[in-house]
Amino acid sequence: MDKKPIAESYRRNAAILEIQDLSVTFRQRKGLFQSEDLPVISRLNVTVNQGEIVAVVGASGSGKSLLAHGIMGILPVNARISGEMNFLGEPLTTERICKLRGKEIALVPQGVTYLDPLMKVGAQVREQQPGKEGKRRQKELFSAYGLPEKTEERYPFECSGGMNRRILLSTALMERPKLIVADEPTPGMDLGQAKRAMADFRAFASQGNGVFLITHDLPLAISAADRIAVFYAGTTVEEAPSSDFASEALLRHPYTRALWRAMPQNGFQAIPGTQPYVKDMPKGCVFGPRCPKFTKECLGDIPMRAVRQGTVRCILQHDEHKIREARESKDAQKAQEEREVQKYAGGR
Amino acid sequence: MTLAAVNRLIIYAAKKAVRMAALLVMVSLITFGLISASPIDPLQANAGQAAGSMSQEQLDRLAEYWGVDEPPVKRYINWAGDVLKGDMGTSLLYRRPVTEVISQKLFNSLFLLVISWLVSGVLGVFLGILAALYRGRLADRLIRGYALLTASTPAFWLALLLLLVFSVWLKLFPIGLSVPIGMEAAQVTAADRLRHAFLPALTLSITGISGTALHTREKMIDCLESDYVLFARARGESRWEIVRRHGLRNVLLPAITLQFASISEIIGGSVVVEQVFSYPGLGQAAVTAGTGSDVPLLMGITMITALVVFGGNFAADILYGIIDPRMRRGGEAVEEQ
Ligand SMILES: Nc1ncnc2c1ncn2[C@@H]1O[C@H](COP(=O)(O)OP(=O)(O)OP(=O)(O)O)[C@@H](O)[C@H]1O
Ligand code: SF4
Ligand SMILES: [Mg+2]
Repeated sequence: MDKKPIAESYRRNAAILEIQDLSVTFRQRKGLFQSEDLPVISRLNVTVNQGEIVAVVGASGSGKSLLAHGIMGILPVNARISGEMNFLGEPLTTERICKLRGKEIALVPQGVTYLDPLMKVGAQVREQQPGKEGKRRQKELFSAYGLPEKTEERYPFECSGGMNRRILLSTALMERPKLIVADEPTPGMDLGQAKRAMADFRAFASQGNGVFLITHDLPLAISAADRIAVFYAGTTVEEAPSSDFASEALLRHPYTRALWRAMPQNGFQAIPGTQPYVKDMPKGCVFGPRCPKFTKECLGDIPMRAVRQGTVRCILQHDEHKIREARESKDAQKAQEEREVQKYAGGR
Repeated sequence: MTLAAVNRLIIYAAKKAVRMAALLVMVSLITFGLISASPIDPLQANAGQAAGSMSQEQLDRLAEYWGVDEPPVKRYINWAGDVLKGDMGTSLLYRRPVTEVISQKLFNSLFLLVISWLVSGVLGVFLGILAALYRGRLADRLIRGYALLTASTPAFWLALLLLLVFSVWLKLFPIGLSVPIGMEAAQVTAADRLRHAFLPALTLSITGISGTALHTREKMIDCLESDYVLFARARGESRWEIVRRHGLRNVLLPAITLQFASISEIIGGSVVVEQVFSYPGLGQAAVTAGTGSDVPLLMGITMITALVVFGGNFAADILYGIIDPRMRRGGEAVEEQ
């Protein structure tokens, strides 16, 4: 079998999936003869090691699904992909992903539209394993996810959104892959089901596999993943161990900190402004226009730096950063109190 | 099936029946109106020169036979009353009961219609899928070119062309009729029938393919660009597996529906094509009845064709309900589990 060299290289470095400087651009027609390139993902870095769940957290429209599709080799024809992707230590070329997908790498797609509307869901889940064993496994998965036995005879339109998510999840767990790429697997599931899914991912990872969890749900990522890559406007601005999210001061990037503060238990403060649209990306740092620490230097090239056990794409030096940030959070607290007082004062 | 589903079915069938009755009344009225307004004088058309040398008594009897003297409204009411009693009258030209004439002609036509309907359907779906799979490439451009060309080619012109090439030049097929001339009915073999029906059927098939092919192509392109095909690719399915598992499933349904709904076009085409090949089918009989003022026969033919077309559309609807699970089971609410 030709499995051996892969297994060897995989033992050499524990990385299951390495993505370096990945960029995805769309070529779009503009006018009759011109075309323009829309960069939707630029210089993205992320690694999934053996035994790990790595979460990519980003807002809606930041390019998360495209990242998943880029890994699976199913980007639209007008998309161009560049950069480096390695799977088990070997380049993940177009030919290779065509052979591996569905076998070594499984995708959990984002929504019900990824199910064939005219095919019963049980048959869709068993698609790659039509035999008895497949049937047994599918029944096992359905009952584990609280899908009644008769669900397999239903069509996707007869299932609720949450049921369809669980069905999609089952498709990935049917196969015995090395890597699962899950694109927003939990919305529509109740807490118990989501926990169950995460526990399954954990069990799957501990068998020497990897999970690449794509989500916009930071609390879910913190509780489920080992490491978190924060995705903003098509790039990773920070990669940090989940444990760093215990305290704001441990985080490296202003956007990550802003996300942290936006979590309910940390004050629920929304970040002002919106993500830049791909057509008018800011010069230099992508977070520049919304960053409270913006300086002129931020207009230059912002390289990825290693800081402690993670990386960050920000020029702020960490120590300084920490101090200023600490001071500011106090200021922010004061300002918040001030605002509250004024609100009630003005109410009269 | 649940009780609610049965109820829905009954209401549906009742609605359809009412609509069909209304359609038949409309069609018969319009046909009758058109014949009454027709400038063709039945006496002139059928007795012709001979009428000039006839006695007044003979002329009166002829006028009575062709129903010239009665006012149209009265004639229509008489006709409709008979039809309701199950009597479609007697053909004035063939001097046989209309039902008998129609069933014989219909049999000839059905042979032609069914063959070309099946051939154009199967080929249309096949070519449509092929074009979608090779979208923008040579195969697609050829198929689309073919479809556009045949869609804009008049059926009679194509019929003449085929007649010229295959019958006159190559002498491969007979020039006309449904059976060899002068042969006893008992001696006519299935091979003879096929040989005679071949060119008319070919003409109808060629012109019938384009709609189904273009429609199937669109549906297949939609399917290939869908998220579920994307996911099928992500699961490692090959192109062929995708076509077989997802493509056919999603393309056949609209194709079958369209094919049933397009029965009217094939029937329309058959009128012209039967005329060119002098194929003694319903279409030709319709032309003869129309130009010869054979009112009972023409009325009978229009009723029957209206019924067939309506039946086709009805079948399309029903099939849609049976094949498409979203229609078949759509009434049941989604259960949250
Ligand atoms: N075919 C395409 N051509 C051009 N732009 C596209 C195309 N597909 C997606 N985009 C753009 O790429 C960006 C990222 O889309 P993507 O679906 O990856 O976002 P996402 O992070 O998954 O969002 P969500 O959380 O809503 O799923 C969007 O701004 C979208 O407009
Ligand atoms: S590089 Fe500058 S603008 Fe960007 S996040 Fe860091 S401080 Fe803010
Ligand atoms: Mg998405």
